[in-house]
Amino acid sequence: MLRLEHVRAGYGNILAIKDISLVISEGEIVTLIGANGAGKSTTLMTISGLVPCRGGKILLNGREIQGEAPDNIVRLGLSQVPEGRHIFPLLTVKENLDMGAFLRRDKDGVKRDLEFVYTLFPILEKRQRQHGGALSGGEQQMLAMSRALMARPKMLLLDEPSMGLAPLLIKQIFAIIERLNRERGTTIFLVEQNARKALRVAHRGYVLENGEIIVTGTGRELAANEKVQSAYLGM
Amino acid sequence: MEYFLELICGGLTRGAIYALIALGYTMVYGIIGLINFAHGEIYMIGAFTAFIIATALTIYGFPLAAVVIVAGLAAAVWAAAYGYTVERIAYRPLRGAPRLSPLISAIGMSFFLQNYVLLAQTADFVPFPALIPDFDFLEPYSHIIGASDLVILATTAVVMVTLTCVIRYTTIGKAMRATAQDSAMALLLGINVNRVISITFIIGSALAAIGGLLVASHIGQINFYIGFLAGIKAFAAAVLGGIGSIPGAVLGGMLLGLTESFGTGYISSDYEDVFAFSLLVLILIFKPAGLLGKATVEKV
Ligand SMILES: Nc1ncnc2c1ncn2[C@@H]1O[C@H](COP(=O)(O)OP(=O)(O)O)[C@@H](O)[C@H]1O
Ligand SMILES: [Mg+2]
Repeated sequence: MLRLEHVRAGYGNILAIKDISLVISEGEIVTLIGANGAGKSTTLMTISGLVPCRGGKILLNGREIQGEAPDNIVRLGLSQVPEGRHIFPLLTVKENLDMGAFLRRDKDGVKRDLEFVYTLFPILEKRQRQHGGALSGGEQQMLAMSRALMARPKMLLLDEPSMGLAPLLIKQIFAIIERLNRERGTTIFLVEQNARKALRVAHRGYVLENGEIIVTGTGRELAANEKVQSAYLGM
Repeated sequence: MEYFLELICGGLTRGAIYALIALGYTMVYGIIGLINFAHGEIYMIGAFTAFIIATALTIYGFPLAAVVIVAGLAAAVWAAAYGYTVERIAYRPLRGAPRLSPLISAIGMSFFLQNYVLLAQTADFVPFPALIPDFDFLEPYSHIIGASDLVILATTAVVMVTLTCVIRYTTIGKAMRATAQDSAMALLLGINVNRVISITFIIGSALAAIGGLLVASHIGQINFYIGFLAGIKAFAAAVLGGIGSIPGAVLGGMLLGLTESFGTGYISSDYEDVFAFSLLVLILIFKPAGLLGKATVEKV
């Protein structure tokens, strides 16, 4: 579904990702793990079109999307939940969700999806009139994911959804990720520093170091890989 | 007592105009963090457009109501086209550049537009047709409130309520607020941020043009330079209320108008502009972010 071929990108003089090639098939959960500063977020931002791609190709269902405007990428079914959630603090919970459906014209479908995210996270319905900035970290993560779902994406890019959350909430978020994948067939590209959890839910994974992919394999293979164990699993 | 009421009405009328123009400053600042110094000139261009259309229609003998509506619409549309174009050619190419660059570009645009109208029209004041008739029902109160005061206040009220509803309830209004709060996130949701910015300039410019028509008809003459002082005062109003805040712009405008009205009415009209700026300085000393502004750390 999504294929990166020798993608390079960066900021000013810094090349944050150097030569990234990876493939994500429809219906998969694929994780990208790596230390802080490895280039994970840059990879996602390049896919979403917010960081310009300086070389290589990004293909979505065979169509080149590098250089496309960010709104066209969302239109093609790719939504991102960025690191740090980026809830609009002065918009209400409901308005944040409305913005997730910004590009949609099918009112009935939007209404159904709103009901769907409210069943996934009932707390959001209770808080729908509150400002986004008034939510707790966990609630903000739920809202951020729900807002992305309101676009009805075929593929979801998640940047460190577990960051800063209590263990119980992390468990809940990962359960939802698996459920979306299983029940809705949403393809998921999951960026995590929490390698242990990520490798458990992911079908396959890539390990990023200094802007380059150094290992790839199934979740199980990577969890058993010595290098991965010592660097990312603390064994 | 009657003098007091007269000063109140005069102050509110002035304030309403400041508020109409201040909205453009504050909306643009809220969304791209730029002080659009050319905004006063957009107001002036609105007044000139209204002048040209109104004069022509009056000569051809159109009824007053038609003249007012057509001139108002033409001024709003034409000024909006200027506002849109200014953003496209003078600010958009500088997005991402250091903050000072678009600011300098804005000052350049302001000078350019002033001189362009100076050359295209004239340096002299031109008489603006009286577009607002006297209302019979106001006759007994004519020493307190004039017909044009009433029309200015009513028009401003309608415009403000409409704008508030647009920003609060429509999709584009929500997208404007979202973009102002976090433009990168807005992009990630598929909001075309450039289009939102264009729409902001268009709305702000149309409001300024309506202000231009109202003032011109109230005062009875215009020239290429009227945007300068009106722009500075309206900018002061926006800062006073808290730049970036829409209710703040209205509050700041009204406060400024009333201060000027009472200052000139009870003290001396020689110091008209001094009152406005003294108020600004005083408020900024005690509330640096303005009355309704968010206290944010300036990122320079
Ligand atoms: N906006 C930015 N401007 C300049 N450099 C950046 C920016 N964002 C990230 N970087 C740099 O790019 C590299 C990769 O960062 P990032 O993609 O955020 O890594 P990760 O998400 O894996 O922690 C880092 O060296 C970081 O300092
Ligand atoms: Mg990151």
